[in-house]
Amino acid sequence: MNIVNILEEIEKVDGEIYERLNPRRAAMKSFFNVGKKISLAAVPLALGSMFQKAYGQTTLPAAVVDVLNFALSLEYLEYHFYNHCIVGKTPGSAVTDVTFAFPNAASQAAITTIRDHEKAHVDLLVGALGSSARAPIAYADTDFRAGGTFSTVYSDYGTFLAVAQGFEDTGVRAYKGQAGNLLVSPSVLQIALQIHSVEARHASHIRQMRTAASGGTPVFKPWVSLGASGQANDSGVPQVDAVYAGEDLTVQAGANIIGLGGNAGITKAIAVESFDEPLDKASVATIANLFLRDGKKL
Amino acid sequence: MKNNELETKSELREESLFDKTVGRRSFLQYAGAGAAGIALVAAGCKKDRGYENPTMNGGATLDFKDDFGVLNYAYALEQLEAAFYVKVASAPPASFTAAQKAYFQDIQFHEIAHREFFKAALSTAAIGSLEVDFSSIDFTSATSVLGTAMAFEDLGVSAYNGAGPRLKSATYLLLAGKIVSVEARHAAYVRDLISNGTFADLNSLTALGADNAKGLDAALTPDKVLAIAGKYVKTKINVINL
Repeated sequence: MNIVNILEEIEKVDGEIYERLNPRRAAMKSFFNVGKKISLAAVPLALGSMFQKAYGQTTLPAAVVDVLNFALSLEYLEYHFYNHCIVGKTPGSAVTDVTFAFPNAASQAAITTIRDHEKAHVDLLVGALGSSARAPIAYADTDFRAGGTFSTVYSDYGTFLAVAQGFEDTGVRAYKGQAGNLLVSPSVLQIALQIHSVEARHASHIRQMRTAASGGTPVFKPWVSLGASGQANDSGVPQVDAVYAGEDLTVQAGANIIGLGGNAGITKAIAVESFDEPLDKASVATIANLFLRDGKKL
Repeated sequence: MKNNELETKSELREESLFDKTVGRRSFLQYAGAGAAGIALVAAGCKKDRGYENPTMNGGATLDFKDDFGVLNYAYALEQLEAAFYVKVASAPPASFTAAQKAYFQDIQFHEIAHREFFKAALSTAAIGSLEVDFSSIDFTSATSVLGTAMAFEDLGVSAYNGAGPRLKSATYLLLAGKIVSVEARHAAYVRDLISNGTFADLNSLTALGADNAKGLDAALTPDKVLAIAGKYVKTKINVINL
């Protein structure tokens, strides 16, 4: 990797690159001198922070910062929800209110995997936002019992999974709803899309965990289907109706999906399952606020 | 309503076909970049355009100069997925459980719905029907079927994720977003069937652009996706203006 060449290329389109990096062009030498001393593996990292310094804050439009901070709030919530559970399951932990038992090692491993991804998303978004990042949300700022609506969330495995499904399906809808606002910033959009589909993978697995926990009755499909009575909420938990509002859409871009192209197999349920729907920011905030304490709500 | 919009844009596109110079130069640039594994043919010739030649004798042309190229790219991948699941659902491997058969039936119809949606939305701008090549798949073997399903679903996720930022229209971006999360749900389900707990094993998806340390799913550019998908498609897919 030839850093000087990279900088020269940038200079062709941005004549002030050296000034952005450091007001004293000569001082750039200090960076290259450091580069000689640090390990080769650390160079991309150092380069990354150098560019973030140059462009990090000035190139993120306010609307993009808004979206990323909104996403960051949701990621903090998800992270704390899972992390509290995993910490509570650690022998000798000070957290004693996680009293349900995981049915097997695989289920705890899956929740740990999901927790780790949410932590990675938090770190990634904080890094991308830099000094524009919102104030961190601590576990103490949250209330996953939602004022008593889910009072058994950490004492009953089924309730824990039901709330987890709500979080994941909300996350998928929230990112989808914000994607259009990131078109102005393709590199940020790219990252958001790559987080979005990870949340969908989580949702799929949590739904399968719920089916395993129920012994197969009822079944929770890995994808969002119609409820047992044909309603939009297929989770079996009426308290989370807001998470699924509008998920039962069957017309996409003017095309009625049911039976499309003469395919009788595309029933209403299939049409609903085939397309996940977005959720607007205000609706997502209302859901998130159920789990945030007064003074900490979005 | 959106169909009207698409048709209008399609007319604009027809006009641009007469500007052969640009298309040919871009093609040469692309071919010069040497995208191995993709069957590229000269794209400067008007009759090679898939949407003017529904029988696809000259192959299918994906012209990435605008959103139509991206939508046709998605249409091509959905055709491939639908064809695969139609075959699986019609004669599932003997070891499939009743629940697996039912879910593969569901997935089949999801992919058919996606395919038919793109066909309807693209209208006259749609490429024709692709001819598939599934000779490498043993449809009687659960291992082969599940392995292929996983490959298709993960590749589909990487394709939508990688193509999303190429779109200019927020409407189309949202539609792609509505579909990609369903593909990701499929991918997670199939992965868990193969090995429970691998629903989001991002380390195993590094080759498709995933980054486990950052919690990021797969994302690949269309040339790389088509190079991987190429082995399952007989129809020549011509890529221009990428």
